[in-house]
Parts: sequence; structure tokens; C-alpha cells
Amino acid sequence: MTEAGSGAATAAGASRHAGRVDPLVVLGLADDALVYAQRLGEWLTRAPEIEEDMALGNIGLDLLGQARGLLTRVGELDGTGRDEDALAFWRDEREFRNVQLVERPRGDFAHEMARLLWFSAHRLERLRQEQQSPDEVVAGVAGKAVKEVAYHRDHATQWVLRLGDGTEESRARMQQALVDVAPYLPELTEDDPVGAPVAREYVEAVLAEAGLGAPPEPRWHARGGRTGIHSEAMGFLLAEMQHLHRTHPGASW
Amino acid sequence: MSAVATTTQAEVARAVREVADPEIPVLTIDDLGLVRELDVDEDTGVVQVTITPTYSGCPAMEVIRRSVEEAIASRGYRAAVATRLSPAWTTDWMSARGREALRRFGIAPPGERAAGQASRPVPVGLSRRQVACPTCGSTATEELSRFGSTACKALRRCLECREPFEEFKPI
Repeated sequence: MTEAGSGAATAAGASRHAGRVDPLVVLGLADDALVYAQRLGEWLTRAPEIEEDMALGNIGLDLLGQARGLLTRVGELDGTGRDEDALAFWRDEREFRNVQLVERPRGDFAHEMARLLWFSAHRLERLRQEQQSPDEVVAGVAGKAVKEVAYHRDHATQWVLRLGDGTEESRARMQQALVDVAPYLPELTEDDPVGAPVAREYVEAVLAEAGLGAPPEPRWHARGGRTGIHSEAMGFLLAEMQHLHRTHPGASW
Repeated sequence: MSAVATTTQAEVARAVREVADPEIPVLTIDDLGLVRELDVDEDTGVVQVTITPTYSGCPAMEVIRRSVEEAIASRGYRAAVATRLSPAWTTDWMSARGREALRRFGIAPPGERAAGQASRPVPVGLSRRQVACPTCGSTATEELSRFGSTACKALRRCLECREPFEEFKPI
């Protein structure tokens, strides 16, 4: 807004929007949603009950919708003119900017709830800030998405409470799931120094209520998702997500 | 031309507002509160419509967009459909007529917004919102699942008449 006069340097690909945002930051928000939507889709017909098939499918669909809006905007912001399909299906692994938490292979249900709880708690805080983005499209997508992600976080909360406060088996698996995702949390934290403490406070309150202990400090941390460094699982995920589109370029139905 | 045009103008506008939701056909896009702007330009023959999408990933939105374009084209106008994200859609924009149509259709209409705004830091247990059964009207109902057949609905059961039903979630 105050930079109206100094914006000339970036006038190539000039957008009709007043503010400037880093397309790679928007891409990170988009890829988190796209890749996690792909993982959540794997639960269809495999969840413990049919209601959960629907729930995880619907959560994935919300995230896919957020990804589509953001990817479309990235293609305009970075001046390449790529559309959402080009960005989703024609980028290779090193060009994806998602955190490694979302690409982790599907584990048991407790693992999914641990991942969903941490992911939505952090994403909700990020989106709350993005509602004030100088880019009106990003702000608009965020404004819709906060409502959806608050509901996802709530869904994960209900399950973590139930599993943590359930049987010996469910409690043990929930506790193990928290240990398994712990190395992936610093990526989320470093990404959002403002929102991360709020997200952590929320999750810790849920764990306390569920009678679950905080997992011990992990001995290693995942790093590099935001700069395109990914784990082995990512290539397999992309192969499954992209092969159809790449086999039949431009096909539609 | 202009005398006819006035009727046609109102007619095409009405046709747009009466486009039905493909998932819940008793609701029009006007009932849902999706239409932000609607402008019929007689001189150019262009109908400009601005709609606000509901859920980010709702597949019905693409069908709705196509239906709006068809409703306009079939009346001899050219369609210019735009999407507006902000302010975000809320179920508060649903009309009274729409809410009543939902109830008669067997879906509990959305109540006050509550999602993610619990007073305690950690909301425990299933939703305790009061939702009336669309069949018998009893408020003694319980939540079965927070997600129904579409993103916008949850599954509930009436404890009086035992009828399971869907609720349009307030967002």
C-alpha cells in the first residue's frame, strides 16, 4: 500500500493488486494442502468406519480446494502463467515446497490424527495471518479456509481425546503416533514464528486433556521441505498423483 | 425492442437466481446467498454475475457455474460469470425460504455459527449445539458424525422419533 510509488522495479508481470507477496511462500501454503489432500484421499475405504471415510475425504477436498485457489494465484504472481494443473502435475519433486510432515506415508489411524491435529493447528494460525495478506486473492482464500481448517482441527481434537482417553491399546498407539510425528514439527514451527506458539499451546492443551504425555525431544529433525528437499516417500506420492495427467496431457472429462 | 427487453431482462435475472444446487435441488443459488452481483446489460446482451463459492473444494460450484452460464445462454444473452472470495460465504446468508425448503426436504437448516469458536480452549466431546429434528421438531437429537455426504453437512439422529437426518452445518 505504501509501496505504490516504489513498485516500478517489479512492474514486469504487474498484477492488478496493490500488495506484493512472495510466490514461493504462497506455493508452500498451496503444496501443504495439495500433498496432504493426496494422502488423506488414501483413507477412502480404509478408515476404521464409513463416517471416517467421509470425514477424511471431505477434509482432503477442502484442502484441495484451498490448493487450487492458491496454485492458480501462484501462476499469476510468479509471471510464468502456469495454471493450477501445470503446477500440480508438471512440477518435479524439487519444485514442491510442502513440509515433509504431509508427505509421510499413511500410518495407522492414530498417526493420522496426530498429523491432522498438528497440521491443522499450525495451518489455522498461518491462515489467520494470511487473511491480512496484501494480496487480495491470498487473503480471500485464507478467509474461507480458516473456517474449514478450524473444523478439521476440531475433528482431530475429538479423536485424539477419544484415543488418548480410550483403551490401553488406543492410548499406546496415540502416544506412539505423537513420537513418530515429533521430528517433523520444527519445519512447521520455523515456518511461522508468530503462530507456532499459539498452535503448540492448543495441541498441548488437547494432549493434557487426553491424558497423553508430551513426547520426548526427538533426536533428529526433518528439514528442507520449503526449499524442495523431500523424503523418499515424496517421489512415490507424486508418481501416483501425476502419472495419469502426464500420460494423457490435456485430457479432460 | 425495449418494451420486450424489460420483461426479458427480469426473466433472465430470475432464471439466474433460480439455478438449483445440484446436491440439494430444493435450494436455489439465491436461497444459498451465493449471488453477490447480477447485472443485465441490454445494449451489449451481456449478463454479469458474481458468485461467492461455499466450501473451497465443493464440486457443486463448477456445476453451478455451468448452470448459470447455460441459463443465460439459453435466453439469448452472453454470460460473464465471476467469482468473489471475500467476504467469505457464511450460512448466515441463507434465506428464510431456503431454510424452510431444507427443513421440508429433511435436512436441518444451519443454526448459529459455532465451528471452532468454543469458549473453552479444548472443546471436549461431540457438539452440544441444539439442532431440531426436521421430521418431528424435537431438539433431543445427537450428532452421529461431523461429516455427512457432502462437506456442508453433518449426520445426526433424533432421540424422539429415532429418525436419522442430515444437518447443514453453520459456518
